Amino acid sequence: MADEQTTTTTAPAAADSPESTEPVSEEPEKPIDPDFEPEIIVFGCHYCAYAAADLAGSMRLQYPTNVRMIKLPCTGKLEIIHLLKALEAGADGVYAAGCLEGECHYLKGNLWARKRVEYTKKLLEEMGMEPERVEMFNMSSADGPLFAQRATEFTERIKRLGPSPVKRGKKAPAAKEGTPA
Amino acid sequence: MITAERKPFEEILGLLEGKEKVLVAGCDTCVAVCLTGGEKEAEILAAELSIKAKEDGRPLDVDHISAIRQCEWEYLDAIAEKVEQYPVVISMACGIGIQSMAEKFTDKLVLPAVNTNMLGMPQEHAVWYERCAACGDCVLGDTGGICPVVRCSKSLMNGPCGGSHDGKCEVTGPNKEEIDCAWQLIHDKLYAQGREDLLLRYTPPKDWSKSSSGGPRKMVKEEAKPV
Repeated sequence: MADEQTTTTTAPAAADSPESTEPVSEEPEKPIDPDFEPEIIVFGCHYCAYAAADLAGSMRLQYPTNVRMIKLPCTGKLEIIHLLKALEAGADGVYAAGCLEGECHYLKGNLWARKRVEYTKKLLEEMGMEPERVEMFNMSSADGPLFAQRATEFTERIKRLGPSPVKRGKKAPAAKEGTPA
Repeated sequence: MITAERKPFEEILGLLEGKEKVLVAGCDTCVAVCLTGGEKEAEILAAELSIKAKEDGRPLDVDHISAIRQCEWEYLDAIAEKVEQYPVVISMACGIGIQSMAEKFTDKLVLPAVNTNMLGMPQEHAVWYERCAACGDCVLGDTGGICPVVRCSKSLMNGPCGGSHDGKCEVTGPNKEEIDCAWQLIHDKLYAQGREDLLLRYTPPKDWSKSSSGGPRKMVKEEAKPV
């Protein structure tokens, strides 16, 4: 009986474990264009992410140059329109990096930011864009390595998603077929 | 204040199908306070429409503007220059503002981006409750400041009904949330005020002709009309 159980469970477990434990698992079949260098905008909090990026630099940590950071006094300053404007202008991905939850210099700014990011994800879904192009991360000012890790992970995620549909100028082929030439 | 909710994005896209030059018009009074159609929200909708058009690879000239109040001619004058540049205006104001816009700019196609839903009160931040039905014949003086017209599910004038249990109405809200029985609230309030005798008084059927059942209403203040 024990054997039966193991044989039935091993197959799915084996299929799951190698990839699904990775933090990013969306659209794994999509081939990654090696020439695609995403443009990523980070809205970073002055008190944590910006300092963490600085620390990452001092520590000589490597992270993708795709990431461009805009400093905010607090991620609570981040508005939905800022995320949308970045995407409208052709950014392939945007994320906010705020303080650890419960440690915001202004008490709740990072919690507000998370809500706005989550709402923006919904808007992106409505627009037919992948919600994963927008994200919220938390880190402390001492998290230089984490800043580099998040930048690397997010860049990989966007590379997997491919260029922004805004930049491509055309929807996926399926949508193209629907519209008369 | 007047509250409104934005229409689903798909519905807005449907209204704007085939349109290549669109102005999103916000209103900075009621719909701005209820976080639905102010300048901020107008800019968001304009950005969404622009992103969607870029995704689809179709041309769209979209911009946004906001009037202090879309329901008054002088504030529409203030945005007229911008509106004149666009054949299509999608308004985020309440139904009054949208109609004022359509009446003022007769050659424009004016479309609604929101559904006006109630006269509500923000009980807590970002949560609104309906408080007034604009029935034209206020009874709040006899009901402890609690409106039975809008807060009782049956708009009873002599309540409560048999559907009141433990202070809650038998009807549930749109998301299955419980509704306070308005007549229980009225009862408790009148007792607290020592005015419970009002509960024994029979209130005759309401004159709905003073509400929208009497056709569109009009109000004139002769003393304030320009001479």
